[in-house]
Formats: sequence, structure tokens, C-alpha cells
Amino acid sequence: MSEKIADYYDNYPDDKGHFGKYGGRFVGETLMEAIYALEEAYNHYKDDPEFQAEMDKDLADYVGRPSPLYHAENWSKKLGGAQIYLKREDLNHTGAHKVNNTIGQALLAKRMGKTRIIAETGAGQHGVATATVAARLGIECVVYMGAEDVQRQAQNVYRMKLLGAEVIPVESGSRTLKDALNEALRDWVTNVDNTFYIIGTVAGPHPYPEMVRDFQTIIGREARNQILKSAGKLPDALIACIGGGSNAIGLFHPFIADESVAMYGVEGGGHGIETGKHAAPLCAGSPGVLHGNRTYLMQDKNGQIIETHSVSAGLDYPGVGPEHALLKDIGRANYVSVTDDEALQAFHDLTRTEGIIPALESSHALAYATKLAPTMTPDQILLVNLSGRGDKDMHTVAALSGLNFEDQK
Amino acid sequence: MSRISQCFEKLKADGQTALISYITAGDPEPWVTVPMLHALVDAGANILELGVPFSDPMSDGPVIQKACERALKNNVSIHNVLDMVRQFRERDTTTPIVLMGYTNPLEVMGYETFAQKAQEVGVDGVLTVDLPPEESEQFLPIMDKHKIDTIFLVAPTTTQERMAYIAEHAKGFIYYVSIKGVTGTAVLDVTEVENKTLQLKQITDLPIGVGFGIRNGQSAAAVSKIADAVVVGSTLVRCIEEHAENPEALPAAVAAILAEMRHAINASDMA
Repeated sequence: MSEKIADYYDNYPDDKGHFGKYGGRFVGETLMEAIYALEEAYNHYKDDPEFQAEMDKDLADYVGRPSPLYHAENWSKKLGGAQIYLKREDLNHTGAHKVNNTIGQALLAKRMGKTRIIAETGAGQHGVATATVAARLGIECVVYMGAEDVQRQAQNVYRMKLLGAEVIPVESGSRTLKDALNEALRDWVTNVDNTFYIIGTVAGPHPYPEMVRDFQTIIGREARNQILKSAGKLPDALIACIGGGSNAIGLFHPFIADESVAMYGVEGGGHGIETGKHAAPLCAGSPGVLHGNRTYLMQDKNGQIIETHSVSAGLDYPGVGPEHALLKDIGRANYVSVTDDEALQAFHDLTRTEGIIPALESSHALAYATKLAPTMTPDQILLVNLSGRGDKDMHTVAALSGLNFEDQK
Repeated sequence: MSRISQCFEKLKADGQTALISYITAGDPEPWVTVPMLHALVDAGANILELGVPFSDPMSDGPVIQKACERALKNNVSIHNVLDMVRQFRERDTTTPIVLMGYTNPLEVMGYETFAQKAQEVGVDGVLTVDLPPEESEQFLPIMDKHKIDTIFLVAPTTTQERMAYIAEHAKGFIYYVSIKGVTGTAVLDVTEVENKTLQLKQITDLPIGVGFGIRNGQSAAAVSKIADAVVVGSTLVRCIEEHAENPEALPAAVAAILAEMRHAINASDMA
């Protein structure tokens, strides 16, 4: 085992929140005390048996965990290679992996005595998962969402409103996830005394990348046990889609020391890397500082963040969690991309062969599986994180297929 | 002694409060930035803050956000900003200039390359709002080597212990952010500012500048009683926004606003 991997769990992040040269605490002074207070609270409660017990109970009875690991036999046969297993995060309450994290942060917010919750959202899954836990706690919830995303994820906007959240469309910049994050940070600066900011991905300033990862590793811990039980061995490869990277790190992290397990993070290739219209900072970006951490970014030669494109709102983000930046540099995980068209094809394929309608985000992981599986043998195992379900994407997919959703007979 | 320290010493000897102006470089047109800087100095600015435009200005309110968007529409880069400083220095070799902005443009240019060029064109200080002392391990010695003062923010949420930590790393002056919030969104609370400024003065000998929330002569005068410097930003940038279609009028327009502030501060200094 290489040295970096042997010490991995001890070293990353370090006590300043650094994953090698990535991560850190790059925020304005007004927020510094808030992120230190959060770090202190998190470090205190993460080992508190009462906190853990409450979280475990919520994850079991409210979220419906453990989520199944499903052997997709039809699809495996059709692709003619590895056996494909799907980790069914789409079956969680609210329809995606996002709720694993919002449950944890909400319990923390309650213990810290905060009376207001804010969040940013791209596809709306994190916004819905946040509005859900806020409804349950009975506290005020404000969700920032890029105006463009409000339009393409109208159904999730309505869900959030039903749950009692206020959804604020963000009109600045590219009107997508990154601008929603800027606006949420501005809100936090202004209302720092009573407000808890539930970040939805493994980005932002320390301790968010570590804390969100810890809440999401339930995916990988369950999957590891489940595959050992059902197949009697570890998988040969893992695949997960990457926007900010929370479902991917949640799956990958418990397998990092298992060096025989290859890992593939799939970014939004948009119209193709060569066109420049994509959302693939790990494949085609460079290191920089944004939203509180140092990581790979989509940026121009002067350090300005450039607009991204992906058919999937949840992947449409110019940065990525700092731990993925480290895993890329040390070569422990591979980062690849698939195009909008390839993801859509996989969306339809899985729907027709397995009767499972995946989210467009997760369809990127599935699309890469269609490339990788045929290069493997039937005794090998490919474990794909099906991070969310596709209900929210009906309008997008229908429109791309030339169908007017409202007019169908 | 740095140009910033000299400036504060001289003002102190004269019993005057420093007036610091902020505008975003390249907003609304690149050509008008240097004429505006000269006009601001003529109207009574003692130190110039020049904003380096960034696509994602997370600590700024809508006014400065839009200023960044206008500047970026003109493709104003950190290289252009440094060129503007060089041009300004052709006529003014005494007024200190502080570049204010976010970490990423400096990070991508490279700290060393930036510092070398900044020193060469006559930049005196740098304030990167999302680079706290915790993340400045590489940044500080490089700026130091090139004699660029590193200015840090102190906020209403900053504890006394942390103030001392920040003061250890700060050079030139300390910038007290007078409101909990982003730039240009609220009016400051004078009593709160006074308390924090007094706390800071017990910890450091560095001059204290106060900004975020100073809108008019009245608030400028109130702050000048407490602080060593008054920073005016969003009010100037709002004026720039109003005249964005007519940039020829801008040097005179921003000068008029600053002159009112100067007048109010002088009256208060004399009182």
C-alpha cells in the first residue's frame, strides 16, 4: 500500500481543514467565528452517543435506510461485461442522497440553538431535503436557487414551498448553483447570529467538506457491507457522478484503503470537453480559490470563474469538493466526463431495462458504466451510485425529446 | 516606512482623519478609472482603494457586485488594474494605493509575480477579503519582501483574542467592517463601532479604518470622531452606476460626493 493511502484517514483533512494543498478556510472575517463555532460543535457532537443515536434513528425510520444494493441483472447482461450493482439512494425519503446530510446538519443546528436555516440548491434536491428537515424542526427556512434552475426544476421549487420554505431566485452572474452559493454566503454574513447554513455538498470552508463527507459516508459503509454479504467480495470499481461531489465522496471514502477497488468520478461533460461548454473542473480546470476552499475550478487565465453547462442542474457547478482535488492529484480516484447526450441515453436505457427512472445527475454515472462494463468480465463487479431518482427531471427530458409535457394525449 | 504609514503619521500630526475612497477598477469604462482616482485625491481622499473585479464577490452587496460585472464586461483583469496604477503614478507619487479584492485572481497570477509587479507599479497595500491570516502563510512573506502592506479586516463578530491574532499579521492599517453584512446594505451603529474601535486600540498601534455602511457626511463625521480613517465605497459606486452611460461626467460626480464627506470630517476634526 502506498504511503499516502496508508495514512489517508489520519491525514485528511488536517486540523486547518486542508486536504493536501486543497480545502481550507477562505472566507470573509465576519464568518470566521461562525465556522470555528460550527467546527467546535461538530467535533463535540460527532462522537456524542446521544447525537449519533438520534441520527441513526432518523436515518432508519425517517429516511428509510439502509438503502438497498440492487443487482441490475438485465442491464448487466445487456452491456455484456461486469455485474452491475446499483446503490439505491434514489429510494431515500425526498428522492436522493442529499437528505443523509441535511438530517445531520439539522440536528446540529438544533443543538447550536439556531432559529433559522438557509441553503443553496442547484437541482433542488438539497433544497427539498433542507426544507424537509426544517419543516420537521418547525424552524424558518430560506433556500437560494439560481433563477435559471428555478425554471428548469419548477417541480422541486413547488415542493420546497409546500414544505414551508421561502425560495429566493438568484438573478446575478450565471443564475445557477454558484450564484446561489454566493447569495447564501451573503445571507449568512448578514444573519450570522441566528442562522445555520446547511451546505449541500462537500465544498465550502472547513469544516463543511469534512462534515458533509462524514454524513454521506453512510452510503459507502452500507455498500461495502452489502456487497461483501451478497457477492462475497469487494467490487472491482465504483462509479459516481460529481457536481460538488458529495454522493461520490460518500461512496468512495470507506473504500479508499481498499486499493484493489478502482474509483471513477464522472463530471458533467455538457456538449463535450472540447467545446468548452461543460461542468468538468477536475477533467479540464485548474486549481484556485472559490466559496471558501482551494480546489479545481473552471476559470479563465485571469482567475475569473467561467460559466458552466450541464443538462443536469445538480452538476452545473464550476468547482468541486477539495477532497476530490486531492484524490485526483494522488491518483487514488479517476475523474472522467460524459456528455449530456450520453447521460440522456443512459437515462432511457436504465428506465427501459430495469424499470428505474434515474436522476439526470446519476445518469452521468450510469453512462460511464455503459463504457466501462463491457471492458470487464462477468465475474467482475461494478458498483454504481444511483444518487437520486428522475421524477424532478420529467420536464427536462420531455422537452429534450421534443415533447410538450402539458399537451400529451 | 511605507507610504501608508507615512500618510497616517502626517495626518495624525495635523489632527486630521484619513478619508479612504473605494472604486472598482474598470467600472464603468477602463479609461475613466485613472481620471476618477485623480479627482478623488483632489477632492480630499488620502488613500485610494482600487477594487480588483472578481466574478464571484461573495462579501459584497449588489452595488459592488454589479460594478464587478460592468468591469468584467470590459474584460478588466488584474494585469489591467496594475497598469492603471502605473498610469496613476505618472502624476501622483504620494497618495497610497491599496488593491482590494478576492484571492483567486492573485492566486492564479501567482503571489510572487503579483507582488513583484505590484511593487514595481507603485501599489502600497493589498486587502484580500477571503484570505484570512490562517490561509496567508505563503502570502504574507512574499508581500513583505515586496514592501506591500497586508491589510486585514476585523468584523463585529471578531473576538478580542482573534483581534490580537489579526493585528499580529496586519500592516498599514486595520479595516474594521462596521456592520454584520455585505458592503453597502445597512447603516452602521456608531456606539458599536466605538466599542470595537476602542477594543482594537488597546491591542494594536496600527491605525483603524472603518468602512461598510458610511453613506453621507453625517455618518462620515460620526465615525471620524472614533477612527483614524473613514472608508467610503458603495456610495461612490452607486454614483458610478447612475452615470454608467455618461462616464465623462464621473470624475466630477464622484469628487463632489467625496468633497462633501471631506468637508464633514474636517468640520468634525476641528470641533
